[in-house]
Amino acid sequence: MQKSLGKIFERANVDFLRSIPQPKSFTDGLGRKLFVFLLSLQGIGAFALITLGVMAGKRRVAVKVMQPRIRQEIRRSGVALLPMFFVMSLGLGFLVVGQAVAALAKVGAMNYLGSTMVIVVVRELGPLLTAMLLLARVGTAHVIELGTARAMGEVEVLETMGIDPVHYLIVPRVIGMMAAMFALTVYLVLGALASGYLCAFMQNVPLGPADYCQQLAAALSPLDFVFLVLKTLLLGFVIAILTCYHGLAQPLRLEEVSQVTVRAVTQGVVIPILIDGGFIVLYLLT
Amino acid sequence: MNPSANPPAIKMQDVTVCARRDALHPVLTAVNWTVVPGDFWVVAGLQQSGKTDFLMMTAGLLYPQAGSYELFGRETRELGEADLAERLRVAYVFEHGQLFSQLTIAENIALPLRYRYDLEATEAVRETLGLLELLELTPFAEAMPASVSRDWLKRAALARALVMRPRVLLCDHPLNGLGARHGQWWRRFLDQLWRGHEYLGGQPLTVVVTAEDPVPWQHPERRIARLHDGQFLPLGTWADAARSADPAVGEWLAATPATTL
Repeated sequence: MQKSLGKIFERANVDFLRSIPQPKSFTDGLGRKLFVFLLSLQGIGAFALITLGVMAGKRRVAVKVMQPRIRQEIRRSGVALLPMFFVMSLGLGFLVVGQAVAALAKVGAMNYLGSTMVIVVVRELGPLLTAMLLLARVGTAHVIELGTARAMGEVEVLETMGIDPVHYLIVPRVIGMMAAMFALTVYLVLGALASGYLCAFMQNVPLGPADYCQQLAAALSPLDFVFLVLKTLLLGFVIAILTCYHGLAQPLRLEEVSQVTVRAVTQGVVIPILIDGGFIVLYLLT
Repeated sequence: MNPSANPPAIKMQDVTVCARRDALHPVLTAVNWTVVPGDFWVVAGLQQSGKTDFLMMTAGLLYPQAGSYELFGRETRELGEADLAERLRVAYVFEHGQLFSQLTIAENIALPLRYRYDLEATEAVRETLGLLELLELTPFAEAMPASVSRDWLKRAALARALVMRPRVLLCDHPLNGLGARHGQWWRRFLDQLWRGHEYLGGQPLTVVVTAEDPVPWQHPERRIARLHDGQFLPLGTWADAARSADPAVGEWLAATPATTL
């Protein structure tokens, strides 16, 4: 049977490439890894488009079933993680300001404390740290749950009942992750900025609260808010899609669930960093 | 008479069935099978003969790799989102029940109704009370699947399959792992459904079951098919099968455990 172009990029090909013996040459091995990664990206991209299509096309389907599921996912991905993010925000503020005060005091540049906080916390560490924590706490659970559901045949059960597995299983997780990513980043950033000032105060930095807020306001631009929203929603979407894709997109056996979880976490670390790099380029261009 | 006015429930022509885990690996080739509404088929074969893959393809969970598969006169490849009602005329009971562990038994059974008609959980569960009673599942309605024995889980899976009032019921190894009492109940209840149960408005249900040992399903009006060596052999009624010119069929029927008892 003639294979279509789409079929060439199916997961079966990725798995085939993984299963054949490693090439002896280092560069060939590297090339294969890159090829496999690109094939995975292609599969993830297709899965993302399918999910977006279902989100748009089925927004009015089974609302009474989906709304509680979406609320449950928001609670699990967002509300349940608030205590951990409170502690993390305290730690992040103390770490950044602790280091910044020591460095800035040497060159007498304490009036750059606000700018440092905005660059480090608002633009970079806030969204990235939130993404990593969500990947660890919720993303891994997605892969394991969906992988197990796939292995136990629950996806086929949904299909026999006329329930779209992407709609029932993926859409609530994607919406929950996006909402949680945005909200938790905002809480983390606000908490880190507040605890940062507390740290500066404890180090006897001659900086009043009003001056600190003024420095922050001066360092922030409208673009920071726009990029923060875009970046958090995109990272939330990507992590949810990545983890759901690895759990659901192919038939699995139970013993394969741990392997796909490791793969999903690895890609879940690499791809958000690449996205973050893309936003740095955007900052530089604007 | 217009033949398309009363088409076969299932019609397969030269169908190739692929494995669920490997879409490029055919497990059955050249399947030709016609199921008339009201038929009761027993599809029998040894382990790994492709019974589950075949039944999944029949349920529309797998596409035929080649050939034509018509469901009530419509080619299954052409059935899209808009034809969901057509597809829901075929219900499938999984071998191990496969209930969702985070839902109660009643919620599991009500899920297809909830999703299809956008009902609140309580509303949908209320709709299923009659079915729960019919299948003697009322005492387990609020239980989680983890706390219910396999016998009752399989029965709950049957209830879930029946809740949308299908025209064709596909059961994958319904008797596997069941105690004698439950096995007897299943045979009796499927027989009632096949002949036309009150729950389905008295309309006869087309039933297909898979089995390793076909003998518990032996009945003069039922039909038997054999899966062997990648081939699907529809043998007709039990009398037809017994008269088969193929000596391998005679040997197979004679060698099945219950026959030798």
